[in-house]
Amino acid sequence: MSINRKTVTKNAYRITKTRDKTCLRIRVPGGHLETRFFPLIQSIADDYGNGTVHLTTRQGFEVPDIDFDKMQDINAKIRPLIESLGLDMAIGENGYPAAGTRNISACIGNRVCPFANDDTTRVADNLEKAVYPHDFHFKIAVTGCPNDCIKAHMQDFGIICVTEPQYDPSRCITCEACSDNCRKKVTGALSVRDFNIERDHEKCIGCGECILKCPTGAWTRGDKKLYRMVIMGRTGKKNPRIAMPFLKWADEETITQVIQNTYRFVDNYIDRSLAKEHIGYIVDRMGFQVFKKEVLEGVVPNKEAQIAENITWGGYWYNQNLEFK
Amino acid sequence: MGFRLAENEKDRYLSELLQSYHVFAPVAKAGKGAFSDTDVVGYGEIESFGDIVLDRKSHFSPKEVFYPVRETLFQFLKDEVLETTIDEKPLVVLVRPCDLNGVRRLDTIFLKNGQEVDTYYERRRKKVKFLMVECTEGFDTCFCVSMGSNVATDYDGALRFEEGSLLLDIKDPALATEILRDRPEADFQVEYIRENKVKVDAPPLEAVTKDLFDHDLWTEYTSRCIACGRCNTSCITCSCFTMQDVQVNDEKNLGERRRVWASCHIDGYSDMAGGHNFRKKHGEKMRFKTMHKVNDYHRRFGEHMCVGCGRCDDVCPEYISFSKCINKLNQIAKEVAQ
Repeated sequence: MSINRKTVTKNAYRITKTRDKTCLRIRVPGGHLETRFFPLIQSIADDYGNGTVHLTTRQGFEVPDIDFDKMQDINAKIRPLIESLGLDMAIGENGYPAAGTRNISACIGNRVCPFANDDTTRVADNLEKAVYPHDFHFKIAVTGCPNDCIKAHMQDFGIICVTEPQYDPSRCITCEACSDNCRKKVTGALSVRDFNIERDHEKCIGCGECILKCPTGAWTRGDKKLYRMVIMGRTGKKNPRIAMPFLKWADEETITQVIQNTYRFVDNYIDRSLAKEHIGYIVDRMGFQVFKKEVLEGVVPNKEAQIAENITWGGYWYNQNLEFK
Repeated sequence: MGFRLAENEKDRYLSELLQSYHVFAPVAKAGKGAFSDTDVVGYGEIESFGDIVLDRKSHFSPKEVFYPVRETLFQFLKDEVLETTIDEKPLVVLVRPCDLNGVRRLDTIFLKNGQEVDTYYERRRKKVKFLMVECTEGFDTCFCVSMGSNVATDYDGALRFEEGSLLLDIKDPALATEILRDRPEADFQVEYIRENKVKVDAPPLEAVTKDLFDHDLWTEYTSRCIACGRCNTSCITCSCFTMQDVQVNDEKNLGERRRVWASCHIDGYSDMAGGHNFRKKHGEKMRFKTMHKVNDYHRRFGEHMCVGCGRCDDVCPEYISFSKCINKLNQIAKEVAQ
């Protein structure tokens, strides 16, 4: 059998441990899928695979045990799934146009969760349209609040939906439910002064808990949808680490532009001797300031946005001598 | 007197009212729900009848319009006191019958409970006229019929929104504006809801004994209630308040006294000198509220305090149903009596 491995991989099919067998990766941006696609996915698994699907950590499906020579048939069949991504391009019967930029995952968001500050699937869908298809290996996830159920802190770009709480003292009964909760569960950004609540904007992470706790509606949500962007978190075999905040209180346009600009940054500096290089290692090599300068080029952040002066990532290096007995 | 206004005349009536009154009604406050991308129905000023939301119950009751959540009563500097003033323009508030009956409870507490009249309540209250909105359907959690508060006749005017027209029954001539003058009278009798999905039987007054006070019923609420106070802040009849003295200068002789709503479910409500508190458990708070709403108040004033608007059921984050609690109490009262 002769196949072009790179073409196959780009087409969202995997090389698997079983010779001549592949595995289809189905994207589900924002992790929310209309059930009308279930019969299609089932039929591919039943007719071409082994009647099973795997739910991936990125919220896609992998359909295993497929013969490579069935790719063309399958690509024709999955056209509606790819069309449903709403990409600004003609969708033919050639399957997924790229697989490098991974499925943009999202927690369930405010379609269900009371804590969520936004419709995470909507945000993920919008980002998908802004960055996909692309061959560069980008991992992006959107989480509805700083609880970070989707693990945005393990991504190249983690988008955390936030709200800037608005306080109306005329509705406050000083029950202190907000400040007690913020102190115990969050960052202690709220304090009581003369029976009023004062919010420390630098400490506030925009989680919206105060709004949820308020029995009178003294706390309400800000008009603008805002986001915290954490960057360059990763797992992997060298230096696993959590992402660190790059932008606070940024709007959707700002975060979208920063991610788009990062593709240019990667193109400029990626180590092409490797099959792929995670963005975080490129940023490590070039330095945060170079990254920052290039990804903010041409971006006019919203007036509320704050940008990290510097970032020091943590994590640990596998090759350091950790003591074990 | 009954009148009928055509669809295109409704807002002219409102604009005539607005010349003399602030008009408050339940409106949807976009984006102001606790959850993201949700609105909340609460009382706000309207400029068109189209602003009014009637297909959902308001989250907060109309009481905040004339009994503010927080109100500065007076300011002080050393021995001098300056009372605050209020907007002189009177108000028209659109309410349902249950809420209008609730207002009578508030009036009783503030104006007829003991020798002193609460002047701060009175000064606002006497500026209010009520336009009652006919309510014949109710909502899933309503139990006004059981509480006898489905009917209210002491309105200043009543409204029925019909397809293509607005029917009015005007009792207070001040609400009969220009557009209603020389208009033929229309036959309009307000109708009332006669049956709710939820039915409640409050225990007879004499059946509420010490046995009920100590009953296990309340321990369930100790584990379920989180003492957030939403049942109180949404209630049309909860009238409790506390005082806040704010001193703004170093000498602590310049400042103001405010009163703010208080909630018997929220910690601190029953705090006493020396740090004592006789209702620490949430079940005890639930008992206190329940007994006030369907027993104590009745003993003193001859009718139940609770009007069955059901807002406490709607807003409880722990899904505690007050109507169910009353029915349980009644059931237990029967068992204890046997």
